[in-house]
Amino acid sequence: MLEIRNLHVSIADQEIIKGLNLKVKAGEVHSIMGPNGSGKSTLAQVLAGRASYVVTEGEIIFEGKDLLELAPEERACEGIFMAFQYPVEIPGVANTYLLREALNSIRKYRGLEPLKHVEFARLAKEKMGIMGMADNLLKRSVNEGFSGGEKKKNEIFQMQILEPKLAILDETDSGLDIDALKVVADGVNALRSPERAFVIITHYQRLLDYIVPDFVHVLVDGRILKSGGKELAFELEDRGYGWVEEEARKAVNN
Amino acid sequence: MSIDLEKLAEQEYKYGFFTDIEQEIAPKGLGEDTIRLISSKKQEPEWLLEWRLKAYRHWLTMKEPRWAHVSFPPIDYQNISYYAAPKVKVGPKSLDEIDPEIRKTYEKLGIPLDEQMMLAGVAVDAVFDSVSVITTFKEKLAEVGVIFCSISDAVREHPALVKKYLGFVVPQNDNFYAALNSAVFTDGSFVYIPKGVRCPMELSTYFRINAESTGQFERTLIIAEEGSYVSYLEGCTAPKRDENQLHAAVVELIAHKDATIKYSTIQNWYPGNAEGEGGIYNFVTKRGRCVGRNSHISWTQVETGSAITWKYPSCILEGDGSVGEFYSVALTNRRQQADTGTKMIHIGKNTSSTIVSKGISAGHGQNTYRGLVQIGKDASGARNYTQCDSMLIGDKCGAHTFPYIEVKNSTAQMEHEASTSKIGEDQIFYCQQRGLSAENAVSLIVNGFCKEVFKELPFEFAIEAEKLLSISLEGSVG
Repeated sequence: MLEIRNLHVSIADQEIIKGLNLKVKAGEVHSIMGPNGSGKSTLAQVLAGRASYVVTEGEIIFEGKDLLELAPEERACEGIFMAFQYPVEIPGVANTYLLREALNSIRKYRGLEPLKHVEFARLAKEKMGIMGMADNLLKRSVNEGFSGGEKKKNEIFQMQILEPKLAILDETDSGLDIDALKVVADGVNALRSPERAFVIITHYQRLLDYIVPDFVHVLVDGRILKSGGKELAFELEDRGYGWVEEEARKAVNN
Repeated sequence: MSIDLEKLAEQEYKYGFFTDIEQEIAPKGLGEDTIRLISSKKQEPEWLLEWRLKAYRHWLTMKEPRWAHVSFPPIDYQNISYYAAPKVKVGPKSLDEIDPEIRKTYEKLGIPLDEQMMLAGVAVDAVFDSVSVITTFKEKLAEVGVIFCSISDAVREHPALVKKYLGFVVPQNDNFYAALNSAVFTDGSFVYIPKGVRCPMELSTYFRINAESTGQFERTLIIAEEGSYVSYLEGCTAPKRDENQLHAAVVELIAHKDATIKYSTIQNWYPGNAEGEGGIYNFVTKRGRCVGRNSHISWTQVETGSAITWKYPSCILEGDGSVGEFYSVALTNRRQQADTGTKMIHIGKNTSSTIVSKGISAGHGQNTYRGLVQIGKDASGARNYTQCDSMLIGDKCGAHTFPYIEVKNSTAQMEHEASTSKIGEDQIFYCQQRGLSAENAVSLIVNGFCKEVFKELPFEFAIEAEKLLSISLEGSVG
């Protein structure tokens, strides 16, 4: 589904990602872990198409298409969704309005008829239930006055409505209490399917107790230094990231 | 950033076509002869001619105001034609008598004049250059005593009312453009709502400038008697031309005791091209007097067109407990300039006013809010709330705010909130990530920004306003 080859990314002339390789197949859940400033969020932004991040080398192929050639909205329409680390507020625009516009824009791209108001309302109500969100969050302006937890739930709620092929969660667990974390994880797990893949970016192993990944990758200084199964996350939790760097250095020296 | 916020593309002005019909156009130039010509064309009584001439003589002593934050070359008032009319009988009795070309024009503008086609039950007065071509639903309105007709017809059919109220709010010598209008005004709408009547439908006037090198000087007069209610809407368009055309209107509203007038404007005059050539100079005086106790005047405007807008719909709150409101969205794209706002003059006790202004600047647009809130010494218990927000799209445009507040009574309560924001690239990216194009994202965000104002518009027009805003923003993101 997704293949990243030798990716180099700079922002304001500073190289952040320095030759990253990653393959994600449909149905898989990959977790990207790493210390602050290692390039985790940069990777998410680049996948979503943020233009201030400049790809200097390498390629990203998504479902056979050159992702870097596509505008952010085209990527969304192709099935890429990013749950933002800091969801923005859009005053005066109802949550439900943005989402209906978004869904219908994606449907149009795929040659489908727009959903009628009633159909959309039914869909939204169903998904709100799953996320345990209050009805009034639909009518309120996008993220305006939402608590941290509500914002993150809203991201996952949007993901449920848009049903992406590839979902990227950028530190969705940060700032969540344990109850909210469980709701978010349930929301994600409900969407797991053989056709869908997840890239979950996180600092902590905590989220992975609830969303069990197939692969864990350790990103340090713009490169993936180590990959493994879910047990790697536990090891990182115990030992930190230092030993991974140490191991990598030794490997280079040998 | 894949969105080039600075790129300005020439947007298509949808209403820029010209209707080729036989017209009667007065020779260019302005003098007492011109005024006599207009007055005789309209078969006006002597008093009105004298009223016009008085205005003209005063105008000659006045200077163009230059305090607004707009710039334009001097206007040659002798190079304008002050009267243009389609060559048909003035005031056709039925729809069949309207020139089919004019009818087509209004159809193209989305204003069907055919009464059967009017779904929403909106009565329309259609003003084409200098004359009103038709007023629909006249008879139906007459059943409840509402008078809705062109001001020319009103002069003939209801002279006492016109004589009493013309200049009642905006005197002939009020300001340069109002004086000019008083001298040469050609047509416009007249509305009279009798005591206790709630006008059964929306009234609307559609102004169309068609002829070249002419000015449009319309005059609208709305009188709401005790306990009555009326909602009125005006729309405006003009063909695309390289030259600037002058539109200097005067609108006067009079609300008696317990009466309410809601006046909405969707102004979409041709704004000129990307280089700033052509477009309408929209120099307009709009003012209402709340003369009676608990009377209420509400202005809502959506200003997206015109090369230059100079306009301050105001309320004079004389009656105790009277209420004035001003809700405004002004958008300047390309090289448009707008200096707009309001005046709320509190004279009566316990009067209150609300001002919500949303200015949006894109391209090289310059957008100014200018407002005056004045609390007179006897206006005890007066209240004002002002909210004034500006949004910038790109970095070549400007937003300016000049709020004036004068309080002479210590019991007054004033609130003023203002904000300036740049449309966030984060917001645009967020919407794009959800599948919307950058352009749709901008229009979504801007419409959200304007929501408080749009909700004041009659429903159908609110939708129209949203669409218009999106079209006007086209080309503001590349």
